[in-house]
Amino acid sequence: MNIIKKRNLFFAISCLLIIIGLVVLITSGFNYAIDFTGGTLLQIEMGKTIEVSEIREITDEFDAKAEIIHAGENKSQVIIKTIVDLDNKKRQEVFGKFQEKYELTEDDLLQARKIGPAIGDEIKRKAILSIFAATVGMLLYITVRFEFLYGVSAVIALIHDVCIALAFYAVFKVPVNSSFVAAILTIVGYSINDTIVVFDRIRENMRIMKKESYEDIINTSISQTIIRSINTSFTTLLAIASLYIFGVEAVKDFALPLIIGVVVGTYSSIFIASPVWYLFKNGGKKRTKRA
Amino acid sequence: MNKRNAVIFLLIIAVVGMLTYSSFYGLNLGKFELVPVKDDIKLGLDLEGGVFVVLEAQTDLTGEDLKEKMIEAKSIISERVDGLGVTQPVIVIEGDKRIRIELPGIKNTQDALDMIGKTAKLEFTDPQGNVVLTGENVRKSKMGFDQYKKPAVDLQFDKDGAKKFAELTKILSTKSTDEERVIPIILDGKPISVPVLQRGLIISDGKAQITGKFTVDEASNLATLIRAGALPLEMKEMESSVIGPTLGLESLDKSVYAAGIGLIGIFLFMIIMYRIPGFIADIALTIFILLVLGSMILMKASLTLPGIAGLILSIGMAVDANVVIFERIKEELRAGKTIRSAVDAGFKRAIKTVMDANITTLIAGIVLFYFGTGPIKGFAVTLVIGIIASLITAVFVTKYLLKLIISLNITKNNKLYGA
Repeated sequence: MNIIKKRNLFFAISCLLIIIGLVVLITSGFNYAIDFTGGTLLQIEMGKTIEVSEIREITDEFDAKAEIIHAGENKSQVIIKTIVDLDNKKRQEVFGKFQEKYELTEDDLLQARKIGPAIGDEIKRKAILSIFAATVGMLLYITVRFEFLYGVSAVIALIHDVCIALAFYAVFKVPVNSSFVAAILTIVGYSINDTIVVFDRIRENMRIMKKESYEDIINTSISQTIIRSINTSFTTLLAIASLYIFGVEAVKDFALPLIIGVVVGTYSSIFIASPVWYLFKNGGKKRTKRA
Repeated sequence: MNKRNAVIFLLIIAVVGMLTYSSFYGLNLGKFELVPVKDDIKLGLDLEGGVFVVLEAQTDLTGEDLKEKMIEAKSIISERVDGLGVTQPVIVIEGDKRIRIELPGIKNTQDALDMIGKTAKLEFTDPQGNVVLTGENVRKSKMGFDQYKKPAVDLQFDKDGAKKFAELTKILSTKSTDEERVIPIILDGKPISVPVLQRGLIISDGKAQITGKFTVDEASNLATLIRAGALPLEMKEMESSVIGPTLGLESLDKSVYAAGIGLIGIFLFMIIMYRIPGFIADIALTIFILLVLGSMILMKASLTLPGIAGLILSIGMAVDANVVIFERIKEELRAGKTIRSAVDAGFKRAIKTVMDANITTLIAGIVLFYFGTGPIKGFAVTLVIGIIASLITAVFVTKYLLKLIISLNITKNNKLYGA
């Protein structure tokens, strides 16, 4: 398995994916959930599936642009999202109309939320800040435990993973909500974890295989750790996939990007992090024999 | 020696089995009662249902002045919330000028939101409707009893308020009709009480009592309303959420079910891939989950939906630690070592990797905890607890159990160790 030799192929694939994501992002943007845009949300248990047009008869009065989606096992729930700011009284009024028309009880109002747009800004700010702080922290740790170039390579792989995850959000219109930040940071954590295991083996092999080229050392290290990478990703995916398949909506939104994150994190630790480290190393010392 | 170890091993399995059983169904051991985890663990709003509101102060104040007023506002809100009888409310100041209020399990969401969200402006006027005092002058407002032991509302004004109130009562006390001696209390432009000043009474110490045909509830309600109006800052509802208990319970059951299926898949996978060590890993993973749930109960950390996701992820990390170790052992076995020395060497080499990988993720988790709010924090808490528990189980539990089972000399077949 010669990963270093084919490195440009992997770099090209990743760049392509990220560029596609960027293009979509610039042209149509993220699908921001109300956590970010601000607005209101009502989730009501209707007891049976009600046509959207019928729901609109009530909601148009309050906001003609309200987004209406069905939810729940039998599509018997309805989620109404509006950008228009409905305060608690208004929300109660909307629910009251439904209550009257469909003979619902108080308990059928599953949730009612209002989010100010400033909250979204704050989440964005904190997200960027925390990712930056986490990256610096991890870079420091890796520099101390390994060396700076390992850290930089790991961080590049990590940025790669985050970019691909963002591209995924943009292309597949996954709602960007408050758990988005947690998802991205999980991807950061997972990506680093996976990369470290591979780097750890490279570091060890650097001592054992003193005469070999960087290329051979990296290829050997990856082949030694690849079964572990696959098994770990598989078990983690098993857990997340079952959440995605059996979980509720809120968890699904969260689980989907995580699935992508785990797959990309595994991919990048093998096909991006190590080749990038190789580029750094090969640029510096002449210890490489051409293959 | 061998027999003793076998007994220890079986004992461990029995204890783990018992604890697992009790975490599902609870257990009665004479005096001790183990409550099922589901009943003992604190649930976040998203799972239990309830109300949460974020209020933002509408003010230009900054620094110490703002801080002081915010603390005051917080304590007033706490008092309002107390009146609602919520068991574990969370009221925290977020950032400079926001207050987050979480009221888990509350049923009457409308009342709660009304009570908290009310950014009331309270005024005491003279009979002509001129504002004499505002809510800012009210230092205390609580339910009390009058001289006939009937429910009443006790008020106490601050210095400035006491002075103004004394002036007002001095003028009013001489008037002859009741209508001329009213002191309307106006909340958001609406009179909530129109007490009549007793003839000839001048209140100069800033302590007033509103009496009338109050029931206990009415009196305490009025007292709360007056307090509510005493918010030192105007608060605006930034964000609010009402989650019905039905949605919460459905989420919990479904998530537990999903987690269960995921875990069974992982357990089977580990046994298929790694045979005996895989079985050990399954025991260690069970201990890991018990550890995490146990520490969450002890730390009173609440389990949220993102928390469940964080938990699942840390299970992934815990599995990874075992996988890294077992893959190393496999390598050592293939290199021709005996099972015993392969386990020793494999552990020694793998632990370093496991530590480095977990600590880097731990750093991310801690940062997340530090900067995150609400759901993100819930996620970070479980992730951090999970990583620590995963390190403990990988470094100690897996190792101990694996050595124990080797000492039993059940088999010399390397294949059963995954090689």
